Amino acid sequence: MRSVPEWLRARRGKTSADGDAALWSKCSACGEMLYRRDLAANLWVCPRCDHHFRMRAHDRIAMLADGDFVEIGGEVMPADPLGWTDKKSYAAKLATDREKSGLTEAVVCGTTAIGGMPVALGVMDFHFRGGTMGSVVGERIARLFEEARERRLPCIVVTASGGARMEEGMLALMQLAKTTAAVARFLDDGNFYCSVLTDPTTGGVSASFAFQADVIVAERKAMIGFAGRRVIEQTIRQRLPDQFQTAEFLLEKGHIDMVVHRRDLKSVLVRLLEYTRGVHPAAGATP
Amino acid sequence: MNVIVEREKGLLELERRIAELRAANASQPVDMSGEIAALEAKYAEIQREIFGSLTPWEKVHMARHPKRPTALDYIARFDRFDELHGDRHFRDDPAIVGGFAVLAGRPVMVIGQQRGRDTKENLARNFGMVTPEGYRKARRLVLLAERLRLPVVTFVDIKGADPGIGSEERAQAEAIAQCLLAFTRVRVPTVATVIGEGGSGGALALGIADRILMLEHSVYSVASPEGAAAILWSDASKADEAAARLKLTAQDLHAFGIVDEIIAEPLGGAHRDPERTISAVLTTVDAALTALRALETDELVDARYRKYRRMGAWENERREALEARR
Repeated sequence: MRSVPEWLRARRGKTSADGDAALWSKCSACGEMLYRRDLAANLWVCPRCDHHFRMRAHDRIAMLADGDFVEIGGEVMPADPLGWTDKKSYAAKLATDREKSGLTEAVVCGTTAIGGMPVALGVMDFHFRGGTMGSVVGERIARLFEEARERRLPCIVVTASGGARMEEGMLALMQLAKTTAAVARFLDDGNFYCSVLTDPTTGGVSASFAFQADVIVAERKAMIGFAGRRVIEQTIRQRLPDQFQTAEFLLEKGHIDMVVHRRDLKSVLVRLLEYTRGVHPAAGATP
Repeated sequence: MNVIVEREKGLLELERRIAELRAANASQPVDMSGEIAALEAKYAEIQREIFGSLTPWEKVHMARHPKRPTALDYIARFDRFDELHGDRHFRDDPAIVGGFAVLAGRPVMVIGQQRGRDTKENLARNFGMVTPEGYRKARRLVLLAERLRLPVVTFVDIKGADPGIGSEERAQAEAIAQCLLAFTRVRVPTVATVIGEGGSGGALALGIADRILMLEHSVYSVASPEGAAAILWSDASKADEAAARLKLTAQDLHAFGIVDEIIAEPLGGAHRDPERTISAVLTTVDAALTALRALETDELVDARYRKYRRMGAWENERREALEARR
């Protein structure tokens, strides 16, 4: 993997690759013990079984972006509008996740270039509150689409989310409406939007901007759907087949355009972006 | 078990006794009017006591009351209704009803989430849980309304979108996402009324509008209280606690600026006097449509954008959000 750029190192602080005390990770698919540095170099894909680990937003940005990344909406920070407490207070949960993830919220948005082409890029991170969408995720995504619209940039959003964030109640649900409004304006102005669905993408995020893209790409074996697997199993009182709600299943059903291996993601996006520039993509080139 | 239904049992018994006494009073020489008046006073007192201030969890039960008026009960009181069916792809979803209608002399497109009013109808309507075809039908009707320049009136009443295998196979998430897009973009006035329970994205799919109205004892939540309790405490029986935390009442949502107007219900809930409730709702919807008609189309769509663009509470607006809660 390309070395982590300086700007990124400064911005993200602790990283999954070098900041973690654990040197080893166990592949949750095949059980193999993996040296974390090797895993990072392999884009967080198990070298033995190809299992795609859930990737951290900053690692994802480093993997996709050519160079610098100018953040949008980074100053928007979570509040606690409901004064929420369950087993723990929302404030405490946020503090824990900030500490653990080195992120301020579940999405990082900004402008950058991919394959030499300027783009607006949003990347969600499941390690922060399960990638749930509250007011901050909604606001940052809306600003991303507004900026992209203004500058006529194509927009790419990498999703990973358990849905709307319960701790913000209806204000979280309203983010589906807010992001939809921003996406609609962006699309109606003739801009290109590509979503990249990663494991897992469910609930309010799949029911809003994830499935409003012109082209929908998914990482292999990602779990994608509206209702969570457990909810469906409880409702129908039977076990679902393993393949149900996987990226491959969705491709077969016609819900998404393509399933990609993580190592090919950047080149696939470059190829797609080339069509938005009106330039002739190199004939016959393979990703 | 519905806690409101349970509470009503005693009241209904009292009602029956008062009616019996009245009948007896009319046919017998003994004057029982004193007794009747005492019973009536007691009845009124109990009613105030048990319905005067409902907890959020009690409101959830009120919203789910089997006798609470449903979308079709409201639509039946329009001047005219011509139902349209189907998503043009797969099937007609009876959990969404919609079509051309006339309200107070004004032609509109009406779309509602429809739960059953008894067991048989509930089975036919999938307990009001909408499948992708329902959302695609709604989207189709919104696009049609736009072309014919008809305002859109919706009724929100759904626990949640259908979580079945078939719905996932037929892209429930995409159906809702595209329905949201249609309601966001549409260039005609839209008025949504939450008449019962609004649950999650499945409700919001008919809930994006220029004016959002809500019945006093309706609820509207990011997740069902049972679902939230199961996730938060792994214990669905803590649903009452979850209901209180989720801030799902009309009063909470009005304070957050999500709901524009609360429509009062008769003491004891909408089902105690459906006629009055339905009239109040239709009058308010009509007034909202009249107000919206004053706006130019561009103004209307811009105002809708700005309204949704503002929603949420984040750090640099924390104080504002806290104040809104008080």
